[in-house]
Amino acid sequence: MAPFSVDERKNPAPSRREHELSKVIRESLEPVVLTDLYPRTVIDLFVEILQSDGGSRCAGITGASLALADAGIPMRELVAACAIGKIEGKLALDLSDSEDKYGEADLPVAYVPNANLVTLLQMDGELTTEEFNKGLEMAVEACKTIHTMQREALKKKFREIKESVIEKEETEVVA
Amino acid sequence: MISRGKRIDDRGIENYRTITIEAGLIEKANGSAEVHLGKSRVLVGVKVQTGPPFPDTPDEGVLTVNAELVPLASPSFEAGPPSEEAIELARVVDRGIRESKAVDVKSLVLEKGKKVQVVYVDVYVLDHDGNLIDAAAMAALTALINAKVPKMEMKGDEVIVKSSHHPLPLNNYPVAVTFAKVNGTILVDPSLEEEQVMNARLTVTIDKNGRVCAMQKGGQYGFTVEELKRAVVVAVEKAAENRAKILAVAKG
Repeated sequence: MAPFSVDERKNPAPSRREHELSKVIRESLEPVVLTDLYPRTVIDLFVEILQSDGGSRCAGITGASLALADAGIPMRELVAACAIGKIEGKLALDLSDSEDKYGEADLPVAYVPNANLVTLLQMDGELTTEEFNKGLEMAVEACKTIHTMQREALKKKFREIKESVIEKEETEVVA
Repeated sequence: MISRGKRIDDRGIENYRTITIEAGLIEKANGSAEVHLGKSRVLVGVKVQTGPPFPDTPDEGVLTVNAELVPLASPSFEAGPPSEEAIELARVVDRGIRESKAVDVKSLVLEKGKKVQVVYVDVYVLDHDGNLIDAAAMAALTALINAKVPKMEMKGDEVIVKSSHHPLPLNNYPVAVTFAKVNGTILVDPSLEEEQVMNARLTVTIDKNGRVCAMQKGGQYGFTVEELKRAVVVAVEKAAENRAKILAVAKG
């Protein structure tokens, strides 16, 4: 986390919170990365949080999936993540930092839609079983929406590459 | 074997191993407890000292949880700064206690903004045979209930420690229940062997009112939505059973 990313300047050295974040982010992506294809190799993934206003680990996972795909690392699927929380007794999607601070619960979720698999789940606060069930469903629906956006972003990259190649070919032909 | 509903130690898939809880073994600590969960052994010591409050909570005492995975407890533990496993263990135990507001931090203030009581919960893993989280959480709660703290007062700038002892102000009794997914079957209280072959792990911490106050998924795989919902239901039941055991020892 960048020192200027939060309200009170943060020491750049990773704190215990960052160690835990690194672990859970890694474990949210391990189920989809085909590491068997890379024996005796390490895939280093660096997540830099430039500004933290709630949902940073979820944004990190959503972005990390795309970065891995962008790097050409073979994956089963993209992982999308979103958090739900409880503010003033009501379940709400994607809490901001102040909503999280003054809210009653925070539940980040990472989800792989085609496999119906939750690969990150953490919770702090207070939720009844019913609230947890409803909240989990809300988060999963949100992850499906984000997943569609992820695929669109990837397709856009390849579309742009394709278009620039076609353009280049056309100019060469004319010349 | 798992798919036939059998575990190596003949337990049911929703059964805990034998739990033994002992409180008050370390006299120099304010509170202490050792839990044996099957062959896993975790000792927790509680020390209450004074210190400054955090700047954003001047009217609250401090709770801090640390875990040491000592080398003698497992061939996989090395000496040195806490590994991510130790950090995660401490933070998951901490989350259960903090989010359930088990310790009434507001009544730990000696002088608002300047001096408060700091409750140190130190988890010492003595033997690793699986499910350190549940054993540590049980021991931590027992140690907190067992703790005796001398009365402290401010006299000018100094803290005066009186001789009368009283228990820590506690409002809740959170209990962690950990599951492991092995070959598609969800097992409660994984042993070390089960952890070594599991796909994923889930800890659900339930407070005295049956509410979820902390959750943590671990491991390299994942859970379906249905598995998660079912786990919470089982956790509420198992937490109540283990809470009764803890209270029987800690208060007895």
